[in-house]
Amino acid sequence: MAKITFDGVEVEVPDGTTILNAARQIGGSIVPPAMCYYTPLKGSGGKCRACLVRVAAGSAKDPRPMPKLVASCVTPVQDGMIVENTTSEQVLNVRKGIVEMLLINHPLDCPVCDQAGECDLQNFAFEHGVSTTRYQEERRTFEKIDIGPLIQLHMTRCILCYRCVYTANQITDNRVHGVLGRGDAAEIGTYIENIIDNDFSGNVIDVCPVGALTDKTFRFKSRVWFTKPVNAHRDCPKCSGNVVLWYKGKEVLRTTARKDQYGEVKEWICNECRFEKKDTSDWTIEGPAHIERSSVISANHYELPVLNQSVVADLPESTQRELAQNPPLKLGS
Amino acid sequence: MQLTNRAKKLEKKPMTLAERAYLPAIFQGLSITMRHFFMKKATVRYPEEVRPFSPIFRGLHVLKRDEQGRERCTACGLCAVACPAEAITMVAGERKKGEESLYREEKYAISYEINMLRCIFCGLCEEACPKAAVYLQADKIAPPRYERDEFIYGKDRLVEPVSPDARSIRGIQLTPEQADSLRSNLAQQPV
Repeated sequence: MAKITFDGVEVEVPDGTTILNAARQIGGSIVPPAMCYYTPLKGSGGKCRACLVRVAAGSAKDPRPMPKLVASCVTPVQDGMIVENTTSEQVLNVRKGIVEMLLINHPLDCPVCDQAGECDLQNFAFEHGVSTTRYQEERRTFEKIDIGPLIQLHMTRCILCYRCVYTANQITDNRVHGVLGRGDAAEIGTYIENIIDNDFSGNVIDVCPVGALTDKTFRFKSRVWFTKPVNAHRDCPKCSGNVVLWYKGKEVLRTTARKDQYGEVKEWICNECRFEKKDTSDWTIEGPAHIERSSVISANHYELPVLNQSVVADLPESTQRELAQNPPLKLGS
Repeated sequence: MQLTNRAKKLEKKPMTLAERAYLPAIFQGLSITMRHFFMKKATVRYPEEVRPFSPIFRGLHVLKRDEQGRERCTACGLCAVACPAEAITMVAGERKKGEESLYREEKYAISYEINMLRCIFCGLCEEACPKAAVYLQADKIAPPRYERDEFIYGKDRLVEPVSPDARSIRGIQLTPEQADSLRSNLAQQPV
């Protein structure tokens, strides 16, 4: 076991845990953002640099600070490590630079993009970036390639996180797409016109942190914040069958896997569940899926009342006692 | 029954001579009435006479076109989510090949409806629009109608008419005569 101090909070984690995962055990707003790291995918992380933190003391044995900021998603903890994230001015400044870097070639077509509203890059830029750009050159463009009737690829939006490549490698037996080219010209592709039609290929839509891989059956149907997420399941011979259905009125517009609070898929789902079963009668409904209050998707969606105690500053003591005894209901969590 | 301690006791006094004479009070009242004949009137004769709008008046919505006459709206839904009255609905569609001169972006609004009975003309849609497409005009109000469903304004009434002054519609050059006839057609359109 190793004991580390993250932003002044002590936490004890097993050896070999990464700094990011140690921070996630503490939870809350101190957790560094992650654009490429994905817990269910082995080998992911270390590419986007969104999770950079400052290590103020390397370990108990060697308390010198690390010379540069380190990517917390791939750096294992050591006993006595002191890590600074939100408490370090340097980290916050560097993160602004990372946002700028990721947005250099990212088209600002959020009004058109289907991912808008649940986009990791949008959230990341909103929380950590600056609202202007200094970039004046042409953004890179690609020739559009068709990767099949189910998945839409927008290469211009890709930030090269490699999540979809790892997904295809690790949950399917035959990967047909990958990253072609190097440096500025690197792009996701299938090399020879090839169609991604594996039974679990739809999962690349869920892992994509931006709108580079989106659901073709949901293309331009609705903005995500006009749809209502509902947890549902069905008996599926191929996968767990636990999904979230996105309703507009009585119509199921889209099916996705269930995600945890860090946007990571809990259970992979198969293409049959994702693309073919779009009737309420195919599913057993469990109830509304909980959406963070801060998300635009929760606009005009009414769950059972959730009182955000941290927002209401000075609740009377009697109310606080009451709340502790009867915590407000949260659906789906 | 006494409810409060604030009640005042009034004593009925006998009327004075002037009060009993009755006429002075009548003339006093009439003089007030006469004075009002010559005061500035608070109302205007509405349909003939129109009050000037305030410079920040927010009136009827318009969906703007860009310099080349293409629709700016991409049906991003930000106006609808910003709308406190939930008056805006839209259906998005994908632009097909050959429609590049009609719609600015890959995605456009197939239908875009504003319920003018729900709308409170707060202007939040205008503020939310990332494409500078929806504006509240400063000089137009939703005119009265007899039927409620006439207040649901679709794209036919919201989208800005193609400007004949530009002398080109969707890339087609117009002669001055064509532009003139188009202009007179537009003038006859209902508001």
